[in-house]
Amino acid sequence: MNSLLNAARPPLLCPGCAHERITHSLDQAFQNMKLSGSQIVIVSDIGCSGLFDTFFHTHAMHGLHGRALTYAAGLKMARPELNVVVTMGDGGQGIGGAHLLAACRRNLDLTLLILNNFNFGMTGGQFSATTPSEAQLSSGFLSVLERPLDIGEVARCAGAPYVRRCSGYQKNLPQLIQEAVEYKGFALMDIWGICPGRYTKKNRMTPKMIDDALAERPPRHGIVPENVRPEYGQHYRQLAAEQKKVSPPATINSQFKAPQSGRQEVILLGSAGQRIITAGELLCIAGLTAGMNTTQKNEYNITVLRGPSISELILSPQEIDFTGIETPDVVLALDQEGVDRRRDMFARLTAETLIIQIKSVSLPECKARIHAVDLKAKGIKRPDWALAALAILANLNRVISVDMLIAALKLKFKGNTRQTALSLVKQLGSH
Amino acid sequence: MAYSLLEGNEAIARGAVAAGCRFFAGYPITPATTIYHTMLNLLPPLGGTCLQGEDEIASIGFCLGASMAGMKVMTATSGPGISLYSENVSFAIGSEIPIVIVDVQRLGPSTGSATRGADGDINFLRWGNSGGLPVIVLAPVDVKDCFTLTLQAFNLAEEFRCPVFLASNKEIGMTRESIDLQKLDTPDIIERSTAPTDQPFLPFSVADGQQVPDFLPIGHQILVRQTSSTHGADGYITTDPAAIARNQQRLKTKLLAAIDRFSFHELYRHKNAATLLIAYGVSARAAKAVFRAQKRQGKPISLLILKTLWPAPEKVIRQAARHAKRIIAVEMNMGQYVHEIQRILPDKPIDFCGQMDGRLITPARIKEAVDE
Repeated sequence: MNSLLNAARPPLLCPGCAHERITHSLDQAFQNMKLSGSQIVIVSDIGCSGLFDTFFHTHAMHGLHGRALTYAAGLKMARPELNVVVTMGDGGQGIGGAHLLAACRRNLDLTLLILNNFNFGMTGGQFSATTPSEAQLSSGFLSVLERPLDIGEVARCAGAPYVRRCSGYQKNLPQLIQEAVEYKGFALMDIWGICPGRYTKKNRMTPKMIDDALAERPPRHGIVPENVRPEYGQHYRQLAAEQKKVSPPATINSQFKAPQSGRQEVILLGSAGQRIITAGELLCIAGLTAGMNTTQKNEYNITVLRGPSISELILSPQEIDFTGIETPDVVLALDQEGVDRRRDMFARLTAETLIIQIKSVSLPECKARIHAVDLKAKGIKRPDWALAALAILANLNRVISVDMLIAALKLKFKGNTRQTALSLVKQLGSH
Repeated sequence: MAYSLLEGNEAIARGAVAAGCRFFAGYPITPATTIYHTMLNLLPPLGGTCLQGEDEIASIGFCLGASMAGMKVMTATSGPGISLYSENVSFAIGSEIPIVIVDVQRLGPSTGSATRGADGDINFLRWGNSGGLPVIVLAPVDVKDCFTLTLQAFNLAEEFRCPVFLASNKEIGMTRESIDLQKLDTPDIIERSTAPTDQPFLPFSVADGQQVPDFLPIGHQILVRQTSSTHGADGYITTDPAAIARNQQRLKTKLLAAIDRFSFHELYRHKNAATLLIAYGVSARAAKAVFRAQKRQGKPISLLILKTLWPAPEKVIRQAARHAKRIIAVEMNMGQYVHEIQRILPDKPIDFCGQMDGRLITPARIKEAVDE
């Protein structure tokens, strides 16, 4: 097989840079694997490792600092057949730490070569996440304050199934790279090397020193048995194939006549856990069964089962512009929290407005007609009060009819939920 | 008549799938999350991919990778996520990577209020990139627009190879509305233009008279280069000022020269009206209510609803304002697009009617501004 090196763009690296050896080792690995350039994409990060895509005749994507793994993931999910090789420095590993952890956890079939030379070379020799504390670099005393990161250990803990820590000067580097590329899963190589342009200006480092330092660490020789598991892409496609296709949105035919022909505005004032939003949706669906245009605007806090929950519903034979409600035709006062949130509104209500009030909820003074109910006394539980209020409304033949509500319940619910809801409507109709 | 009941976010997701989007990645954030949930329901059974990134940066990064592999891609977030998207938005602009980005805006600044609406990101979407080159921003008004403008957004992203934003709002995205899906006026689907494979391929070369380079996906038999660096036609770094200038100009011109083709808007003009309301997004609904009420009362006004915000549809705005004595710009923020309108109409008196407190601007509020 021929070299995939780009003869027109030879590596522009400092004399003696470890990256040069890694470039040739990577090329040798590609040759050993008999890969053509179109079967490979090199996704390069920023810094000197970010030049790698230009050295090779392969597909190439070069983006922002620390983000190479994210582009690589998108490419691999879209084109599983591609060999995706990411080149990144210790700088990119630091800034893209979240992506590194996620890549280890995800186990997508990518090869990550971290060209670890213990400093930011291109920007002037600042300290990186792997800089030894004693190193003299352009960030002065700051590197003393932070502890260097062992990428291999982090990757192992984060779930990478293949981790190798090695020297850029190892003779068998092409074979090691080949093994990593051929591994079906996320394979990380932490390749240590010398940066003659910056790091060794004030710090001594030789291949022998790298070997000695590596020997002091727990060995990382590739497969991490406890992390071996199905590759993400394959697993994704397997689970995706089992998912049920979603039907287009249900269409609801007009089959009833609404009790009032004009625009109706209804506001539900309740609290989280009262199924306010579901009740609002039911009212909309009921409106659709009478051919009405409908809108449902909701308001709630970020808390999940706490706080007010308000739903504003408009049913109208005309197109609906503004979705808010200033002076509703009907207020369903279901909880104090909702009522308190809209206290200001009550002063605007006229005698035309109907309020269905849960007995325990106290209302601000207003001119509206009040229909008070004690749902607790009827044995109806709080989560059903919103639905019960709709049933009362339908029985009063305001906004929606009982037929419209029953049709909405049948469209929205199935099985037991439907039965329970229908019997609740029936129960309230008999009173 | 048969209606469906859809929220704006679901309509965007369904519009995306109808446009041919088969890759979505997002990170949960109120009020955009239901787009992600809907895509997760829709895409995998169709053989598509929906991912939850480890953060917003990863989510848009996944999308850019997948787009370069030839897929139609979308991501969705809100203001805090748009902030994190910024560096990759710049990448997509400069390196011509098609992507649709939904911003379901919420009340800012910063994390602000997750469950309250606003249109506070309108200028941020335009200017929140390094280099300041133009982007396309479309603004839906209702659930219908959420569907159709999403189709348009994909068409524009593919045709012009650029990021296209949908500037939605909590009050559109999470509001349910009746919609007759059969009656939608939808555009034909556009695919990105593919390079001929029988001649040498340069990833960023354009023929004479062409503004957008032809595309080949990474993974093709022919090698493809993509780079965020300042590049020549070959996709390698260039330092040639003439080549750089030519490319920057093209990135600007490709959108600005074509704006008349995608200046989406609704104009309700009354020949006797002295006042012109200009509105967009959910506030356009209140403005329309005022327009109708004024007409009923025999005190007509005109109304321009902008659905393309960026590049600014200057011709549309100038023509709509031709006979107006007074303009009122309505915005759910503290005054952003009004400055663009002032720039375009330097000789017209322009008032601002806005608020940013989590509540909708009411028709009554706009009426006050009209009566002032």
